[in-house]
Amino acid sequence: MRIEVKDLTYSYGESKALSVRALDGVSLVVEEGEFLGIIGHTGSGKTTFVQHLNGLIKLKKNCGSIKIGDFELGDKKCDFKALRASLGMVFQYPEYQLFAETVYDDVAFGVKNFMPNLPEQTVREMVKDALFTVGVDYEKIKDKSPFELSGGQKRRVAIAGVIVTKPEVLVLDEPVAGLDPVGKREFIALLHRLKKEFVKTIILVSHDMNLVAENCTKTAVFEHGKIQAVGTPAQIFSDYERIKNLGLDLPVTAFLNRELEKAGKGVQNDLTVDGFIDSVCKKFRGGTL
Amino acid sequence: MALLQAESVSFSYDKSVNAVNGVSLSVNEGEYVAIIGHNGSGKSTLAKLFNGLIKPDQGNVIVDGFSVLEKKDTFEIRKRVGVVFQNPDNQLVASIVEDDVAFGPENLGIPREEIKQRIDFALSAVGMEKFRRSSPTRLSGGQKQRIAIAGVLALKPKILILDESTAMLDPQGRKEVLEVVRKLNKEQKVTVITITHYMEEVVEADTVYVMNDGEIAMQGTPTEIFKQKEKLESFGLDLPVATQIAKKLIERGVAIKSDILTEKQLAEELCALKLKI
Repeated sequence: MRIEVKDLTYSYGESKALSVRALDGVSLVVEEGEFLGIIGHTGSGKTTFVQHLNGLIKLKKNCGSIKIGDFELGDKKCDFKALRASLGMVFQYPEYQLFAETVYDDVAFGVKNFMPNLPEQTVREMVKDALFTVGVDYEKIKDKSPFELSGGQKRRVAIAGVIVTKPEVLVLDEPVAGLDPVGKREFIALLHRLKKEFVKTIILVSHDMNLVAENCTKTAVFEHGKIQAVGTPAQIFSDYERIKNLGLDLPVTAFLNRELEKAGKGVQNDLTVDGFIDSVCKKFRGGTL
Repeated sequence: MALLQAESVSFSYDKSVNAVNGVSLSVNEGEYVAIIGHNGSGKSTLAKLFNGLIKPDQGNVIVDGFSVLEKKDTFEIRKRVGVVFQNPDNQLVASIVEDDVAFGPENLGIPREEIKQRIDFALSAVGMEKFRRSSPTRLSGGQKQRIAIAGVLALKPKILILDESTAMLDPQGRKEVLEVVRKLNKEQKVTVITITHYMEEVVEADTVYVMNDGEIAMQGTPTEIFKQKEKLESFGLDLPVATQIAKKLIERGVAIKSDILTEKQLAEELCALKLKI
């Protein structure tokens, strides 16, 4: 599913005098298969933008257009249930979304809500699958209350509730905030695994520049409700002054590249850790060589 | 004597598993301490024990001579230990910045003139004097968190505890808060205890404690701690990104120092390397 947003504008607050413009003419295309990282300082419009993608915030008249695959979100006949089954949304601190009495009911809710009338047997298989995918033991956990789980398990169960309908597009808002380093690493590995299975496109909002540089194929920078730049992480992080003025920072690899360039020893601009190491090894003499 | 002394402290929320289990440590005046550990390792519980928000089931915490077990000491301890939590929105109470900062000292019954001075001191310490009459809701995340810190500083605490205070901030906001904390530690000699998942923030500390299953599993300087990659990983932690890159480069035969902790150190090492001809 290709995502095409054109000239999207949104203001919070009803009256003109008090309203705050959160989005101001945002246009963005996300091709199928992309891993998009959305960055920008707090209050720049990132969350408001992604909440439009599944119709959580309704597109207003004359405020632009959003097309996701064949879904026209401005169209009165748009089937939002079907849209939400194929575009999954994981909010900040998703563990707060848990609500049901058992883990099973919580994960099954997504299926029953967005894909009504499936036989119970099918639902059970889907729930089993989803919990397996996020790496928790179905038999051990299905009858537990989601509230007796540990923080990491809660987050996994919450994600299972989103991917249970096998969405093609996964949108995540600050998915690793508050996770410890290993929890974070496992979570990123899960995203890549999902992308090999049924998820085709990932859109991720993050304050973690290293995470974006390491994993994303494309980056969009928000400021004052506008997209200030779109490009590969290498392109986006090549302009330090601009990044700093946007309230952001460089990933470690980009910082090192910049320092090397200043010393007249710039290496190839690959911002993944392994890519950076390869180019350093190519360019410099090793200790014993 | 240490400013804060934890003596075999244990605490359980459910009376079966100890969230904090027999922890002993001492923090000296002016020290910068970092506590790290995976989710659920007991870090935040420890912070709450340090200012008497919860009382130990066993053991004791002594702050500047006052015991958390003594009810009459609670007020004295709260005056000495200020805590800044993860979400500034939960910590700001007033609709004007200066009222928010004044809230703590007002509660202590401090005279008006002195409250004014304390507001001046606290707001200038965090670099937010200009926003004195602003509404906290109009500030950025980093600015809000700096106001939350100012509110704690207005109590003139000897110890500042940061419980994942930068987790929700954007990179610039994180930098602002860290710089303020560093300055308070260096210039005002405020003792800092920071609890964080960002290994980069740990590098600043004098002493690092690693928590695992409610116990202190490792203790040392950042250099000593980050030498032990496997051990850290077994506790759900990781090296700072710059240290990870340095380690991989060394494995590939690049001649750089082995005790890199920051991106600046690594950049210096890399810039000194000789190009292949």
